[in-house]
Amino acid sequence: MIGFSDVPEISQYASAIDVKFIVLTALTGAMGILVFVLVIVFSIRYRRGSPASRAPLPRWMQRDVEIGWTVATLFTFLFVFWWMAGAQLSALAQPKTNFEIHIEAKQWMWKVEQPNGAREINAIHVPANTDVRLIMTSDDVIHSLFLPALRIKRDVLPGRYTYLWFKAQRPGTYNFMCTQFCGTDHARMIGHFVVMTPEDYARWSMAQPETDDLAREGARLFVSFGCSGCHAPGSRVHAPDLHGLYGRQIPLDGGGFVTADETYIRDCILLNKHIPAGYPPVMPHFQGVVNEEQVTSLLAYIRSLSAEQQGASR
Amino acid sequence: MTDTTLEFAPAAEPLEKNYLNEETTLWSWLTTTDHKRIGILYTLSITFFFFIGGLAIGVVRLELMTPHADIVSAEAYNRLFSLHGIIMVWFFLVPSIPTTLGNFLVPMMIGAHDVAFPRLNLLSWYLFMLGALFTLYVLIAGGVDTGWTFYTPLSTSYATGHVAAAAAGVFVAGFSTIATGVNFVATIHMLRAPGMTWFRLPLFVWSMYAVSLVMLLATPVLAMTLLLIFAERVFGMPVFDPAQGGDPLLFQHLFWFYSHPAVYIMILPAMGVVSEIFTCFARRRIFGYTFMVYALLAIAVVGFMVWGHHMFVAGQSALADLVFSFLSFIVAVPSAIKVFNWTATLYRGQISFEAPMLYAMGFLALFTLGGLTGLHLASVPLDIHLHDTYFVIAHFHFIMVGGTVSAFLGGIHYWWPKFTGRMYPESWARFAAITMSIGFITTFLPQYVMGYAGMPRRYQIYLPQFQIYHVISSVGAMILAVAYIMPLLYLGWSLLYGRRAGSNPWGATGLEWQTSSPPPKENFHGTPRVVEGPYVYHDAETASGSEQAAPRPQGAHR
Ligand code: HEC
Ligand SMILES: [Cu+2]
Ligand SMILES: [Cu+2]
Repeated sequence: MIGFSDVPEISQYASAIDVKFIVLTALTGAMGILVFVLVIVFSIRYRRGSPASRAPLPRWMQRDVEIGWTVATLFTFLFVFWWMAGAQLSALAQPKTNFEIHIEAKQWMWKVEQPNGAREINAIHVPANTDVRLIMTSDDVIHSLFLPALRIKRDVLPGRYTYLWFKAQRPGTYNFMCTQFCGTDHARMIGHFVVMTPEDYARWSMAQPETDDLAREGARLFVSFGCSGCHAPGSRVHAPDLHGLYGRQIPLDGGGFVTADETYIRDCILLNKHIPAGYPPVMPHFQGVVNEEQVTSLLAYIRSLSAEQQGASR
Repeated sequence: MTDTTLEFAPAAEPLEKNYLNEETTLWSWLTTTDHKRIGILYTLSITFFFFIGGLAIGVVRLELMTPHADIVSAEAYNRLFSLHGIIMVWFFLVPSIPTTLGNFLVPMMIGAHDVAFPRLNLLSWYLFMLGALFTLYVLIAGGVDTGWTFYTPLSTSYATGHVAAAAAGVFVAGFSTIATGVNFVATIHMLRAPGMTWFRLPLFVWSMYAVSLVMLLATPVLAMTLLLIFAERVFGMPVFDPAQGGDPLLFQHLFWFYSHPAVYIMILPAMGVVSEIFTCFARRRIFGYTFMVYALLAIAVVGFMVWGHHMFVAGQSALADLVFSFLSFIVAVPSAIKVFNWTATLYRGQISFEAPMLYAMGFLALFTLGGLTGLHLASVPLDIHLHDTYFVIAHFHFIMVGGTVSAFLGGIHYWWPKFTGRMYPESWARFAAITMSIGFITTFLPQYVMGYAGMPRRYQIYLPQFQIYHVISSVGAMILAVAYIMPLLYLGWSLLYGRRAGSNPWGATGLEWQTSSPPPKENFHGTPRVVEGPYVYHDAETASGSEQAAPRPQGAHR
């Protein structure tokens, strides 16, 4: 769509962004040209000593012209806002997908975990025409994951999760990079973003060294960290049952509700930041005991408990 | 134009006592409370910092000629662009026009003998120098590698440089900004000459008033934010560190709550300067004076409510994105109005193209190009792609360098005869003004393109497909460097050899032109009385009833 070979666009979303960019550039370009042409015409016509008439302006002119262009600009700008905001809102709806890739950024590399547990560094492989969701967090400072070919980016923060989702269409190798300045080797936080046909992707992921499935690993940790001692259904401690927890609205101890998403669960584990209503605040916090990768596994396990339950109740 | 203003002072006019030759010792300069002398002190200081900041980015641009690391290490590269940003923002752009032209001209334009608090004015310069020189020392001796934005937790827990010391330096300099703001607000409220009503103030004074309000309200937030950084880094008080329950995004909210208004601290004064220049060289009243005043105030107020547009990808809620996007579009309206008004001021004028006018026209073109791309960045879906790329770099340099620096230089040339009593060599100045615009466009236009193509900012090594743009940009930077050095030379020359200017070489209206050049220490002999609005460059359009139809200006100095 755009004339540079360096800017491939490989999703419908990316093409839509390009259209928006071009239309807005044309619109603002027209406004700019209007001003430039007027300045040049006036500069020539009304250069000092030129014969052009300098008859007084009619009295109504100043006010009406002024109000006219104020209103015109206001409406143009509001229109652009409305048009762009519409696109923003439609892009907000996260697709329902099980294809989730975990990304952990750290100074100065990207650690990537495929849904099947395969790990890669500074590379993200995805199948084409599949809704993909990235669940991202950082080990240290704020980074930002930028996928120019998809026209998307999102900051990656320590201590919470942020998400990106997309459906790439054209197979090929592209780049992704860090765009939030993160220290000495910031410019080296760049990697390959590989879009493959689903068949190629399947073949590629089969060939990856066998690793534990994330959720299975999480189940193991759940026992080894002693979580199950409290959280198992038959435990003597009055602790919430984690089945069906993910995605639910949780009433909090001090009043109010919060959605049990990745950030909530992570905060429960590491900081015991939120206390669900009706439970004693006895859960120890695991800051410094459980590391980021283990949190990711535990999260995958807790999420799988909800998936199981949905399956069971259906 | 009035008869008196046309008079050129004879070249051999015996020099009366003026603010420059009244006392000439270094000590008299260092202890002066004369707003004009303080303006000169500031001009010399910020020029020094401008060239230091420029030198740093010169090395950066040289480094970027190739996609690899060639002349400096990654660490040094990061320190260089951090130095450039910190110096240029806090020790050049923020103080640039207010402390130099503003200090010199605000009292003169309103017919006062000095600012309201002359000693505070001097203190502000000392605070500035203390903060600025200390920060410069830190940036060179130790180095800071966080960029000028000091994002947490990089700055608080991870960066290796001397972040705390630099924050302390900027903190101190912030008080000089606040002192200047207090001084201008008080001066403009209290010291206007008889007859100088609010709606007779030149737009430059209005811009100084608006910018002072922004300085007063925004700078304390910066001070507080820097203090928190300091506390976390030095005393380990966890405010931003998420590992201890802090919130790194809190920093960004606080920082941009200051730094977006700071953009207006940089651009509002520029708008004031070019309003004076356009009217003078087009021989026209400003088109839509009252609209211009309200536009300045609207920008100053709404400018406080748009900071979240820097955080569209930072993890802010979607609703907040929407609100900040909306407000950013709204704040663009008054700026557009101002552009239209300057353009309309040229209509039916008697336009001539001396150097200040060329700078002002350069301002108009570059500010328009920079402002319009602001709409791209205010659009959430586009900003998600463009954020932290060279597109943003190009956008704000168009406004802050293409806009503010052009206006600053235009103002320096325009009032140079008033400051020094001498004329600069006109053709050199025109040449420098045109070179600057050409150099500027060459440097920054390619950055829009590579930004859209996905070139991230703050990268020393980059993908080879961007090299062509970087090379063009670096060549432009060299042209720009020449254009900035030229005025230094010929203005310096003119101090000694320039033709004597006389009190009003441009035939301009405005009280500052009604007294001799350089002005006497007390600005005016006697107190001026004002009987009409600004910019009476031609007969009123209409008979009585028009808001600006009023008699000719009455300068005090006869
Ligand atoms: C000493 C018993 C105990 C242990 C060990 C324990 N928890 Fe908990 N957990 C609780 C209790 C009690 C609550 C509710 C009150 C609170 O948050 O303190 C809770 C709350 C939670 C919640 C929030 C549930 C909701 O309904 O909002 C999550 C998630 C959780 N724990 C996960 C874990 C994980 C993962 C581990 C192991 C790393 C673990 N817990 C270890 C007792 C425990
Ligand atoms: Cu990074
Ligand atoms: Cu802003």
